[in-house]
Amino acid sequence: MTKIKCALIGSGNIGTDLIYKLQRSPVLEPVWMVGIDPESEGLRRAADMGLKTTSEGVDGLLPHVKADGVQMAFDATSAYVHAENSRKLNELGVMMIDLTPAAIGPLCVPPVNLSSYAEGGVTNLNMISCAGQATIPIVNAVSRVQPVDYAEIVASLSSKSVGPGTRANLDEFTYTTSSAIEKIGGAKRGKALAIINPAEPPMIMRNTIYCQTAEAPDEAAIIASVLEMIGEVQKYVPGYRLVNGPTFDGTTVAVFMEVAGLGDYLPKYAGNLDIMTAAATRTAEMIAEKMIAGTFKLEAPEVLA
Amino acid sequence: MKSALDGRKVTLHDMSLRDGMHAKREQISIEKMVEIATALDDANVPYLQVTHGAGLGGNSIQHGFALASNPEYIHAVASRMKKAVVSVLLIPGLGTMKELKEAHEAGARSVHVATHCTEADTSPQHIAYARELGFDTTGFLMMAHLNDAKGLAEQGKLMESYGAQTIYVTDSAGYMLGQDVTEAISRLRDVLNPETELGFHGHHNLGLGVSNSIAAIAAGANRIDASLAGLGAGAGNCPIEVLAAVLDRMGVETGVDLFKLMDAAEDIVVPMMDQIVRADREALTLGYAGVYSTFLLHAKRAAKRFGVPARDILVELGARKMIAGQEDMIIDTAMTMAKARGLLESVD
Repeated sequence: MTKIKCALIGSGNIGTDLIYKLQRSPVLEPVWMVGIDPESEGLRRAADMGLKTTSEGVDGLLPHVKADGVQMAFDATSAYVHAENSRKLNELGVMMIDLTPAAIGPLCVPPVNLSSYAEGGVTNLNMISCAGQATIPIVNAVSRVQPVDYAEIVASLSSKSVGPGTRANLDEFTYTTSSAIEKIGGAKRGKALAIINPAEPPMIMRNTIYCQTAEAPDEAAIIASVLEMIGEVQKYVPGYRLVNGPTFDGTTVAVFMEVAGLGDYLPKYAGNLDIMTAAATRTAEMIAEKMIAGTFKLEAPEVLA
Repeated sequence: MKSALDGRKVTLHDMSLRDGMHAKREQISIEKMVEIATALDDANVPYLQVTHGAGLGGNSIQHGFALASNPEYIHAVASRMKKAVVSVLLIPGLGTMKELKEAHEAGARSVHVATHCTEADTSPQHIAYARELGFDTTGFLMMAHLNDAKGLAEQGKLMESYGAQTIYVTDSAGYMLGQDVTEAISRLRDVLNPETELGFHGHHNLGLGVSNSIAAIAAGANRIDASLAGLGAGAGNCPIEVLAAVLDRMGVETGVDLFKLMDAAEDIVVPMMDQIVRADREALTLGYAGVYSTFLLHAKRAAKRFGVPARDILVELGARKMIAGQEDMIIDTAMTMAKARGLLESVD
């Protein structure tokens, strides 16, 4: 069966974990890994796993895009370089899946709004943040039952699973996630809190989702909706588990989740990283299926005079 | 006989209107804040902290909603101060630089940028921005008992490299013994630049708020956090009027008016307490088990709601190594314990 060929940009933990997930996919095939350090372990590992590699950044990939039939790229670098990476690859007709907080394309949480991109019309989809992927499905599960005035999420991450990029830019994480709770989650106002816990052995990623409903909560309907949504996320993140709740206190609904990863390249406690790579893979697979069927049209790139 | 500290100078930093907010479930009115702040200013306390108990960005379901916004509190107090500098607390991951700028516009001029004691590298943006705005900037290492002296020194050095002018050892759980404080402060003094100041923030859960502060000063700290009648989370902070009296007896110069502080503690703060702030059974459990002091009232509420004793919940939170900001895990832990005890059923 035809597979859509993919390039991975960024040879760190996320990029490496993506190799494992893409190699299992029936419709995706990882063919290129792009890094910036020829000595990096990530590039060596990618080469060992059969990918072509370049240490010259995206510019090292561009000459090979057409010849190697690359149609999709995953960017796991940083918000600062993403816009340029995306522009260069979009010009060559490559669909971009963005795992940085750059958010220059539409925000995507697979069980909530992926289907709305099935016909194409996009060249870049943004995966928000790990906390966004872990919590927005639950916010949406409540807001599709009744209006949510305010949603607040608390993401607790093990210290070992939080890289230097996120640490140095915690505010960006907060802003991007808060905004997505509103835009995709459907809450009128959103707020995101992040906690980095150094306990040993490392704690599995935990997420608490609070929603304040405008009217008294329809408890039975909310419980049913939340459980159904958890089932949807479990299709691509089997370790997405309800620990406690939904519990109701006045108009406040609280749901306590845990996210264990698959343990491909990243350890199981790093559910925060796994849910990003799993959501990106899920998104790419849906688009790849449509590409193969010939029904997904990349938005024509703007021609610069 | 002269004390070993005779002639030293120490800067007192009042916490009544920030840490004290925890003890009042964030329900101190603007009028009350102004009354207390004015009394502190009048008693020559040089710094006083004013925000939601969890600091900037603290208004939330997780941490409770205060009666007014942080900029409203800060402006109301700062505009009435004759000499005292108003400070704020900022915990990256909760508060943001946007809120720091608002606090500056409202009149705050000093900030504690707080991280867990092993996660200093989540603060470079905020510390650098605080300096850019002209704040007197402190790096505040919370739950310090969860790192050793060597580790604290490394973390403090990081914060200094980002621009922090003062580094604090913050005993958020009121767990540290005098020797721990001495070792931590001494180690920091060894590695930090001579011009970098050192501070200590204690909690009175084991009754050591005053003696640990003295130990910190003896080891080289010159900034101490304290509050009127100890108003603060858990069994409260180091009581400022008691510390001021002890320091006076030891010949340490603080510049504060002891009798005015005693009056403010007795006449304004004690009457407004919802519960007497002391090392009661649960607050003592915090200090004994190494649990974040702010968890106290949350655990008492969860105990009432789910039928599991607060002390059991707190001990479990300590065993699970929960840190500052994880108040959601109090309800989660209480629910898990209630299920195990047959008091609660799962929905699925």
